[in-house]
Amino acid sequence: MDKKIAKLVCLVLSATLCISVAAKGVYEEPAAFINRVFADDPPKPKKLWIKKEVKELINEILGHDLNVLRLRYWEKGGRTTWILEEIGRDQPITTGITVNDKKIEEMSVLIFRESRGWEIRYPFFTDQFRGVSIGDKKGLSDSIDGISGATLSVNAVSKLAQLALTLSQYVENKKQ
Amino acid sequence: MMKKNKIISSLLAQTLVLTLGIGLTRIVQAEAPPSAEEMWKIIQQQQLVIEQLQSQILQNNQKVEEVAVTVEDAVEAVEVAQTSSGSTWADKTTVGGYGELHYNNLSDDNPSIGGDDSRDRVDFHRFVLYFSHSFTDSIRFFSEFELEHSLAGDDKPGEIELEQAWLELDINNQHHVRAGLDILPIGLVSFTHEPNTFYGVERNTVEAEIIPSTWWEAGIGLNGEVAPGWNYDLIAHSGLAIPTSGSSTLRPRSGRRKVAEFDDPGFATTGRLRYTGIPGLEVGISGQYQADASGKGDDIDLSATLLEGQVDYKHSSGFGLRALYARWDFDNTDQLGTSVNQDDLAGWYVEPAFRFAPGTIPGEIGLFARYSQYDARDGITGGNFVEYDSWVVGANWWPHNQVVFKFDYQNESADSPADTLRDGFNLGLGYQF
Repeated sequence: MDKKIAKLVCLVLSATLCISVAAKGVYEEPAAFINRVFADDPPKPKKLWIKKEVKELINEILGHDLNVLRLRYWEKGGRTTWILEEIGRDQPITTGITVNDKKIEEMSVLIFRESRGWEIRYPFFTDQFRGVSIGDKKGLSDSIDGISGATLSVNAVSKLAQLALTLSQYVENKKQ
Repeated sequence: MMKKNKIISSLLAQTLVLTLGIGLTRIVQAEAPPSAEEMWKIIQQQQLVIEQLQSQILQNNQKVEEVAVTVEDAVEAVEVAQTSSGSTWADKTTVGGYGELHYNNLSDDNPSIGGDDSRDRVDFHRFVLYFSHSFTDSIRFFSEFELEHSLAGDDKPGEIELEQAWLELDINNQHHVRAGLDILPIGLVSFTHEPNTFYGVERNTVEAEIIPSTWWEAGIGLNGEVAPGWNYDLIAHSGLAIPTSGSSTLRPRSGRRKVAEFDDPGFATTGRLRYTGIPGLEVGISGQYQADASGKGDDIDLSATLLEGQVDYKHSSGFGLRALYARWDFDNTDQLGTSVNQDDLAGWYVEPAFRFAPGTIPGEIGLFARYSQYDARDGITGGNFVEYDSWVVGANWWPHNQVVFKFDYQNESADSPADTLRDGFNLGLGYQF
């Protein structure tokens, strides 16, 4: 039996040697996401400065600051798209979120760096966010089914969905 | 751009007014129309003033643009210094943890066997800190450091344990190599054991006694996904050293050596296949084989096979269901010096639950019931395995997703005499960060 285990160890070590270029868990580059969302004709990014009231909104949803002075977002034809990051268990998860008419049109996990819970990037999970808006109690209007073993990652992207909706509403209100 | 045009228009207007003013003054002073030569001089003077003003405007515009670029650079520099994706040691290192405090108020059903094992105890059961570090985007370290029962040392009830300390290398986005000291991917509670992730004050007995959770070994393995929602783990690792004599004969939990100066270890292979392709659902099977489960320190070749299956479902309506079955099969038990009444151990449980937000208090409440049946040593020296039945009902209150307060009531029974059968209630609190 020990020979079988030795074979398994050899297999694992061979796999280790096959490690090629560093893989970052990048499933879609943010720039590619922006291009895709706006059909290869993206608008110039706008900047939302993180003033006191915006900072308070962010803190209310994430429970902490974003540690940036402004957020870039892309706006065209009534749609706003945001690239947002939040830590799941111990690594940041990068998402691309498009909001249209106060509802999420698309949510994509672009970069996933955690060692578990990568299932959240698949459409069977992210499609749940389509059509979701801000509910009566400031949270999301619809419940999101989680992924077993990835609770913190699910919580993180759910918060980012709420943040994208809230910031889209904020910039819309500022125009009026 | 509109602002610039306005400024230029304003300056030109002012210049013309000024020039006309000068001209009119001269006309009035001269009381005669200027000659063509005088008019040409006036126009040339005006042209000179206009050119000077235009040059000044251009210079001002350049300065404004330079200031804008400088401000942009400064903002970016501050953001790079602040963002989590920076490259400092602190950016690449994270700290987390969890903890749980328990109160047990349990009475022993069988005080006449093996003494009274009633329990009226308060215990800070686990205080755990995680430390992780990313060396590069594809090489990372993770560790879990635990203090059990609050106080460790000679004649103290607790232990300081290293439960995880592993390195993981990405082969690509789908497959990873992990090596070091790691929790084996068997069961539901062993791998995800933070108190806010399960019902009941104490971890369930089936996973503690049969699997036995929390179970970590030193090894090297592969993990990743083979298709969307399909995950796998395959590990070669140090094995158990299950006792072959005494009251803990063939008790897997007593065979954990915790990678602590473990001499003459046997080796084992563990694999798991898990499906999580439907949100809220996890279905998994795992298996382990160890050729010499009593370790190489004896002359007994006790081979052991563990098979386990699990379902965990949480629907967005609040309904949840957990169920698990685990079974050990031992070969060559005839080599054991002591009498053993069976060469297999099995256990299972089913746990329906309902979680909801009451609205009247912050957070969410979960109600659950768990029925378990499992084989375990009866606790009587030289005794046998008996089959235990256990009921646990209770509630969790999460004021925050990562903070939980717990209450449950338990009732235990067995199909033959056993040392410890505890009934009563438990209280607990836990957190994770």
